[in-house]
Amino acid sequence: MTFSLNEASRAAIDREVAKYPEGQAISAVMAGLRIAQEQNGWLTPEAIEAVATHLNIPPMAAMEVATFYNMYDVKPVGRWKITVCTNLPCALSGGEQAAEYVKEKLGIGFNETTADGRFTLKEGECMGVCGDAPAIIVNNTRLCSWMSREKIDALLDELK
Amino acid sequence: MNAPENPQAILLAGLDGDNTWGIEHYIKRGGYSALRKILESGMTPEQIIAEVKKSDLRGRGGAGFPTGLKWSFMPRQFPMDKYVVCNSDEGEPGTFKDRDLLRYNPHLVIEGMAIAGYVMGCTRGYNYIHGEIFSLYQRFEEALAEARAAGFIGKNILGKGFDFDLFAHHGWGAYICGEETALLESIEGKKGQPRFKPPFPASHGLYGKPTTINNTETFAAIPWIINNGGEAFQALGKPNNGGTKIFSVSGHVNRPGVYEIPLGTPFSTLLEMCGGMRGGRKLKAVIPGGSSAPVLPGDIMMDCTMDYDSISKAGSMLGSGAVIVMDETTCMVKSLERLSYFYHEESCGQCTPCREGTGWLYRMVHRIEHGQGRPDDLDTLDNVASNIAGRTICALGDAAAFPVKSFIKHFRSEFEYHVEHKHCLVPVDVQREGSRIYVEHAAC
Ligand SMILES: Cc1cc2nc3c(=O)[nH]c(=O)nc-3n(C[C@H](O)[C@H](O)[C@H](O)COP(=O)(O)O)c2cc1C
Ligand code: FES
Repeated sequence: MTFSLNEASRAAIDREVAKYPEGQAISAVMAGLRIAQEQNGWLTPEAIEAVATHLNIPPMAAMEVATFYNMYDVKPVGRWKITVCTNLPCALSGGEQAAEYVKEKLGIGFNETTADGRFTLKEGECMGVCGDAPAIIVNNTRLCSWMSREKIDALLDELK
Repeated sequence: MNAPENPQAILLAGLDGDNTWGIEHYIKRGGYSALRKILESGMTPEQIIAEVKKSDLRGRGGAGFPTGLKWSFMPRQFPMDKYVVCNSDEGEPGTFKDRDLLRYNPHLVIEGMAIAGYVMGCTRGYNYIHGEIFSLYQRFEEALAEARAAGFIGKNILGKGFDFDLFAHHGWGAYICGEETALLESIEGKKGQPRFKPPFPASHGLYGKPTTINNTETFAAIPWIINNGGEAFQALGKPNNGGTKIFSVSGHVNRPGVYEIPLGTPFSTLLEMCGGMRGGRKLKAVIPGGSSAPVLPGDIMMDCTMDYDSISKAGSMLGSGAVIVMDETTCMVKSLERLSYFYHEESCGQCTPCREGTGWLYRMVHRIEHGQGRPDDLDTLDNVASNIAGRTICALGDAAAFPVKSFIKHFRSEFEYHVEHKHCLVPVDVQREGSRIYVEHAAC
């Protein structure tokens, strides 16, 4: 599978590079991988390599980062990645039961993808929003708070 | 939506109306006057450090280290690259206060960081923001653009020849990056694996240069201290515990949320502010300082005041001020199982006692919870926990060990019951009802 960073992604990465001192473009690798993932849906080895090439760093350096941080998807995911926090503070206000409900509705468990490729379900660790439990993050960036069964129904319906 | 009005607040004060996060609203509330005061009156870094020392401000990130003292460690005699770094990687389970500062009052953090930059002679700063709150990372970037356009950061600030620029860096799902040296590695574009200390960041920090790292809430307290004086800040709290503190309250209360109160406020008062126990049920246990702090039984907690010294005397830590409240429907074994899973999952894998030990802890608590515990498991658990604590590069090992040791210490009979009877004292349907989806308090 070939991959190349599109113009918008390249420009976005260059804006990140500018935040760091001369010669420290490698500091932008986290943002670079996030941007490549947004463009492609998940991080193929080619996408990781493209980010490394753009930053002029060894591909292995980018690969190490991509595999260390949980929100990079180095395996294919569905169109919508649903992450439910089940850590203790959330679980006390229904985080775990919300996750059960999503599993039941989608017919999949954690780290699985629906057969139609629409949803991937992930178990989240503390997102730093425990007062909003149950909390769900869609595709890494969209936070959904106080997810009752009704709101979960509405969210899943909305994500086509 | 706004932060709830709270007359005791100073960091989350005056946040009514929309767009409280914008620079216009901030300036209307007196924002950037502390930075202006310093630059226009020519207050020296030594004078500012003295004020911060007088304030008894202690770091809000977990360890409670005195901020004035930390700032005085930075080498100030030689001109060189130095950095100030803000830790907004809030991922300690139960903690969600920095999020509200960034959500409603990001310029307060920017002003605090600019003052820190002035004090320590740093020309550059970074704010490391938890990846899971990505929209607030974007908001912070917008706030930075506003501050830069208004001349509060950048070159020649307020025409006084002081240069300080500030940038945002986002995390992407690694609890360990809240540890300060892992955070620095992460800004440098590497895996977030903590460094050996010494050398401490004040001598060898970001890109090998002297660096000061503070928590978001710590920086946020600085402008008030400059405007009102260290003594006034100190007087808000109690000796050695200056100021207000933002508590994140989660779990079985009627109104989970963020509450800014003076340090030294009784726990019972905080509990009342949260609307009391959910469904009027009985308090069983509290983790008073984030999931890494030892758990305390409810009755001990009811005698505590919310400050570093009182909680430490009771055998726990104020930590990040994350108060996790558990009522009588809670199974302590199941709760510990979930926490142990977290530390196992988040161990960076660098040190063997933590990488392997957290897995042992999780698997043993898991088997007790699932009716396969053995009578000697409790002693083995305690032993494994003791063999992790103090034997790792960073404090994640301790953070994994404290919950295990404290849960067993205070709730041993419940663990023994699980081992003997293969199930919990609290019936499963009671547990489920107690921890059902609870959103009734939400303003949504
Ligand atoms: C595993 C681990 C996680 C941590 N997470 C955070 C965090 O999310 N936010 C934070 O401010 N400090 C965190 N800390 C503490 C930092 O290492 C550091 O002490 C703190 O940012 C210093 O700021 P302060 O002096 O203002 O408290 C963590 C420490 C450890 C060992
Ligand atoms: S425990 Fe779920 S967001 Fe903190």
